[in-house]
Amino acid sequence: MNTAEINRVIIIGAGQAGGETAQRLRQGGFEGDITLIGEEPIAPYQRPPLSKKYLAGEYGQDRLMLRPPEVYAHENVALLTNTRAVWVDRANKRVRLEGGRELAYDALVLATGARPRVLKLAGADLAGSYVLRTIADIDAIRHDFKSGARLVVVGAGYIGLEAAAVARQLELDVTVVESAVRPLARVTSPDVAGFFLDEHTAQGVRFVLSAQPAVIKGVEHVTGVRLADGAEIAADLVIAGIGVTPETTLASHSGLVVEDGVVTDRACRSSDPAIFAIGDCARRPMIHYGERMARLESVHNAVEGAKIVAATLLGQKPPAEEAPWFWSDQYDLKFQIAGLFQGYDRAIQRGSMEKRAFAMFYYKAGRLIAVDAVNRPGEYLGAKLLIQTGRSVAPDILADETRPMKEIVAAAKD
Amino acid sequence: MPKITYIEQNGKEHVVDAPVGQTVMEAAIKHGVPGIDADCGGACACATCHVYVDPDWAAKTGEASSMEQSMLDFANDVEDTSRLSCQIKVTDDLDGLIVRLPRSQH
Repeated sequence: MNTAEINRVIIIGAGQAGGETAQRLRQGGFEGDITLIGEEPIAPYQRPPLSKKYLAGEYGQDRLMLRPPEVYAHENVALLTNTRAVWVDRANKRVRLEGGRELAYDALVLATGARPRVLKLAGADLAGSYVLRTIADIDAIRHDFKSGARLVVVGAGYIGLEAAAVARQLELDVTVVESAVRPLARVTSPDVAGFFLDEHTAQGVRFVLSAQPAVIKGVEHVTGVRLADGAEIAADLVIAGIGVTPETTLASHSGLVVEDGVVTDRACRSSDPAIFAIGDCARRPMIHYGERMARLESVHNAVEGAKIVAATLLGQKPPAEEAPWFWSDQYDLKFQIAGLFQGYDRAIQRGSMEKRAFAMFYYKAGRLIAVDAVNRPGEYLGAKLLIQTGRSVAPDILADETRPMKEIVAAAKD
Repeated sequence: MPKITYIEQNGKEHVVDAPVGQTVMEAAIKHGVPGIDADCGGACACATCHVYVDPDWAAKTGEASSMEQSMLDFANDVEDTSRLSCQIKVTDDLDGLIVRLPRSQH
């Protein structure tokens, strides 16, 4: 792609990945047209606080905004809210919007995100049955999210547990129903999952594990959940936090290669060289993990994709990829994750679960691949640095609490 | 509303109105001050909002918490008055605050 010939960039999806792409293109000196298309009614905003401070009522909508909404006009970015793209005509490089309007592009960025999985159960469409993905979702949840209300959370992943934590802070009665044998099964090891199970239990959350909801009960509004084994849980509201599905409809219909996410190369370029895909909807090679393909749902991935695409379109060198990073806030626990733990064969703990401050380091074939840190940000950042610079440290050194993390990282060799 | 001055490495100054209760990082992002990335949006998860508090103001902004200090251990070019700007809450006492920006956040 000759960057000199790129005068029109269309970004489909006005979430964090899309918004950051527009911003970085402009700040990098791109002078052509930028059109940012989003289905939601407002400018790009940060989703992570939705299940944390926004749900808790500590943040208003203005504090979620990625940038002040007026910036887009000021920077000459055409932000089309409430707008859906329905077709990509790759041969003629045009995007068709709902209603028939067509826009031409030289480069197209798909940042379409993901949509929450919904419970496919009788009663799942009752009032009081919610998913948690957008500002509108939270605004709806808050009608029922009141002290004393009985909440059933389906799914014990990050979103479900964050919602449970906020609910306990606001003194709701909380039951978490999870199909796996432990919470956070997809994202952490059994020991760390056990720590979070204990913390939530101590805070008054009830867990029903290895359980499947069968029916959401109620006439007009939710009154309970019946499980597959027949047990019933009374409920005033239900929140499903059972993961997301990448939004790839447009990409599939346009004939791009899609395998649980739009498949891209390291430059975030899809099977069509004029089309890029970033954020939750995309799957790309992980340079720190032997180029294994992965689809990440995270702020890090959204921002990094935006940086890579903006640099590529500006004809600049893309930034070095970071080790993937994630975080989750639950009660007073700051849970920070760096790297990808899948396939680990050894876990080493530093610090103490009783003291609620520890890090679990994951190794594969003798190399550090990931860390889960709870109230230990130095261990998190230190391990992240090691992973993204291709260094490793022997497990016994990391387990030795008498050696400061900073010193361990400084002494690490390739 | 308190005013905060951000000074880039090249000496360029940005004077910004900062709402009380928000953070020094948020005021910078809202006004497009370059040099503060704040990838995580203020969750104290990324250490890309590093600033140097002007020494005359260091007493008023207070000291980094132990958690913040642990993050700063891994930031670039850390100095005595280094802080993560997402951890400095704007108060009326900080009207006139001056912070300098590092060479790079990554």
